[in-house]
Amino acid sequence: MAQPSAASAADVPSLIHARGLTKRFGSFMAVDGIDFDVAPGESFGFLGPNGAGKTSTMRMIGAVSPVSAGTLRILGMDPGRDGARIRARLGVVPQQDNLDVDLTLRENLIVYGRYFDIPWAEGARRADELLDFAQLADRRDTQVESLSGGMKRRLTIARAMINQPDVLLLDEPTTGLDPQARHILWDRLYGLKQRGVTLVLTTHYMDEAQQLCDRLVVMDKGRIVAEGSPNSLIAQYTTREVTELRFPVGTQAAALPTLEGLADRIEVLPDRVLMYAEDGEVVAEGVHARGLHPETVLVRRSTLEDVFLRLTGRSLID
Amino acid sequence: MAASSIARVFEHQALVYRRTLRGSLFSSFLNPVLYLAAMGVGLGMFVDRAAAAGAAGNPALGGVTYLQYLAPGLLAATVMQSAALESTHPIMGGIVYHRIYYAMIATPISARDIALGTLAWITARLTMIAVIFAVVVLAFGAAPSAGLLLAAIPVAVLTGMAFAAPIVAFAATQRNGEAFPAVFRFITTPLFLLSGTFFPLDGLPAPVQAAAWLSPLWHGIALARSIAFGAVGSNPGLALDHLAVLLLFAGGGTWLAVRNLQRRLVK
Amino acid sequence: MAGSSSTVPAPGGFARLRARMGIGSWRRGIHMLERNAMVYRHTWLILFSGFFEPVFLLVGMGFGLGGLVGSVNGPGGVAVPYAVFVAPALLASSAMNGAITEGSWNFFWKFREDRFYETVLSTPLSPNDIALGELGWALVRGGLYSMGFLVIMALMGLVTSPWAILAFPAALVVGFGFGGAAMGAATFMRTWQDLDFVSMATVPMLLLSGTFYPVDVYPDALRVLIQLTPLYQGVDMLRKLTTGAVDASILVHVAYLLILGLVGLSVVGRRVGRTLLS
Ligand SMILES: Nc1ncnc2c1ncn2[C@@H]1O[C@H](COP(=O)(O)OP(=O)(O)OP(=O)(O)O)[C@@H](O)[C@H]1O
Ligand SMILES: [Mg+2]
Repeated sequence: MAQPSAASAADVPSLIHARGLTKRFGSFMAVDGIDFDVAPGESFGFLGPNGAGKTSTMRMIGAVSPVSAGTLRILGMDPGRDGARIRARLGVVPQQDNLDVDLTLRENLIVYGRYFDIPWAEGARRADELLDFAQLADRRDTQVESLSGGMKRRLTIARAMINQPDVLLLDEPTTGLDPQARHILWDRLYGLKQRGVTLVLTTHYMDEAQQLCDRLVVMDKGRIVAEGSPNSLIAQYTTREVTELRFPVGTQAAALPTLEGLADRIEVLPDRVLMYAEDGEVVAEGVHARGLHPETVLVRRSTLEDVFLRLTGRSLID
Repeated sequence: MAASSIARVFEHQALVYRRTLRGSLFSSFLNPVLYLAAMGVGLGMFVDRAAAAGAAGNPALGGVTYLQYLAPGLLAATVMQSAALESTHPIMGGIVYHRIYYAMIATPISARDIALGTLAWITARLTMIAVIFAVVVLAFGAAPSAGLLLAAIPVAVLTGMAFAAPIVAFAATQRNGEAFPAVFRFITTPLFLLSGTFFPLDGLPAPVQAAAWLSPLWHGIALARSIAFGAVGSNPGLALDHLAVLLLFAGGGTWLAVRNLQRRLVK
Repeated sequence: MAGSSSTVPAPGGFARLRARMGIGSWRRGIHMLERNAMVYRHTWLILFSGFFEPVFLLVGMGFGLGGLVGSVNGPGGVAVPYAVFVAPALLASSAMNGAITEGSWNFFWKFREDRFYETVLSTPLSPNDIALGELGWALVRGGLYSMGFLVIMALMGLVTSPWAILAFPAALVVGFGFGGAAMGAATFMRTWQDLDFVSMATVPMLLLSGTFYPVDVYPDALRVLIQLTPLYQGVDMLRKLTTGAVDASILVHVAYLLILGLVGLSVVGRRVGRTLLS
């Protein structure tokens, strides 16, 4: 695209470029001036709790929601002017499946391809390929209605790829799926990434972000509160290990003063205490040495959940 | 126990109906006004003019004006159409769209109670519609006798139930509402037009007249008309035939509705 | 998959003007038609059954009622058999009903309930393309019915003039006007109950707009009011064409209905955009 791009000079031209990106609904700030760049081939995540502004951001990137203020360039183009041309090169998986329930699986893909002017025969060929990819080939002539939630999700993802998009936008791709279905999906998405498709996804699951994202931003209340690779975020905002203590109901408050000084940092949640330190076992031993007897003691590696807690003072999934 | 459960179902329907009460009453009122004005008065001028009808009414219509002829037939036919509407999508709603019937059978209410309570509610709705219709007819001065017209109301409601009950039974077997347009297009609309609502069937070919016997609407309209015109006495046997057909459809339909809904909900 | 090229050209000056008028691109809008045709492959019975309704009406009203009415004055004051009088009006009302069903119920479903248009908008199609494509589909569907109805009219000897050839495009114009208007109105509806307003507008029109008897029975003021309804425009136009009493007023009817449809279309494009592209 020979569009005078606003992408910051020098390095790899970014596929998506946002500066001061803002979305207002009336007087409410859903997205409050965020900056980010997504490079070609990258897998980029927006992580955040309900209402953080992830979907609002994704819809602006998808060129279906006008930007309230700031700059947004997608594939070098301005969504306000070149919406149709941008959408022609995106694949969109919305937060809620919106398949065409009046059609069969295969027809869903072919008809969706028609919206991109993909010829019937070519659409049919790609549809069959994608149904294989989504492991739905044996259901190709059934109505969408009869699919399970996980199957619908896979079909939505397959549909998003019918136009061989440069960028795939996935809004909470695995929410509501059982663990097995999630793993199948992760596997499919990982395959796409290997094939060079740029993935932009939102999630509130830490493990998902760790699995799928090269780089991510943590959003809260419309702002970006941290940015980096999953591991660098962990390194920056938490310790290597966490010791989780659960006390018998009603005794946690009394135990707190005794814990003082045992770890680098202590987070108190209503139902448990999180102790951050390089070596969780040492903390656990210290707890016992001070004569405390929690009901359970769990030593684990820290995750993005801990990052989020540190950044916002709130647990991610409340 | 069962009777009170049926009453609970009826209450539920009435409560839901309250939300749409105003719009519904308005159209129950507007509909007869429009039809009687346009077809009865407007078109009636041409019909009566063609038959050189005088003060003694239209000789082609047994001595009443077209408006008077139309009123009782349209009463029964309108109730029939409302019956079809009330027994299609609302039933689908309970089973498929919002699945409230499943919530009900998780309580002491049984599938049979749901079927009977719903049919009782439809009867009440149709009675409202028929009464409003009759009031409009009287306002138009379109009934030779107010008392006789009121006596035709139960016949109109029974005609409605002769459709509602079998249609509820049918709806209880459906996976979605896709078949309903066909019910309207192939059953209620043609019957509305061709069961003697707007014109006597006497002039039509014999096979058509014979086919009319299969239409509960035709029986309903014929009976409503003979009651409204005080003509039952002239052929009480025929009136009983009409009544028997209507009762057969309503009763058989009710039995089927109960059975189908039980099969559908209790698995 | 980098390198797949865009098939969507940059909007030029003409396209922009058209967009400002609320008219989409036919090349993109046609995909809505294709999708609808695909859907009806599964439910062809519904599509097919729509053809019977006007035929039942024609038999019942034209012949059954015709037996009571005899003949009435058609356009130009010539007495015609009642069936000849009522048939073109039924054609117009069936074109109206078809367009309104598609334009209000089906449109409302896809716009508010099903969120189908939201999906489509994430592809290169714009709200204007959707509006154009959906109206195009309503015309294809309505056109099939009109065609069938005209053939039946001709077979029954209810067509008395070669001008009736033009009744087909004229019926499409009726569908265009009502389809656009209905879709435009449907964008303002919030719940299914609101759709009752549609029948509150169409039933009186159907009964009163000179469909079943000549409008000269009305007092002058009422008659003029009724002649301003879009259905009267369609009925009068079709009646003049099938009976051959053609005059220049037909052009007025065509213009009226085309403008109605165009206004509807531009409302649809704007409202769909404003609602779904928020
Ligand atoms: N169309 C809208 N009109 C008004 N407010 C909106 C609209 N869409 C979103 N919002 C508000 O914007 C805020 C951000 O919403 P958004 O959907 O972007 O959050 P999210 O991060 O995707 O949350 P979730 O994890 O629940 O999907 C919320 O407070 C939401 O209520
Ligand atoms: Mg969201």
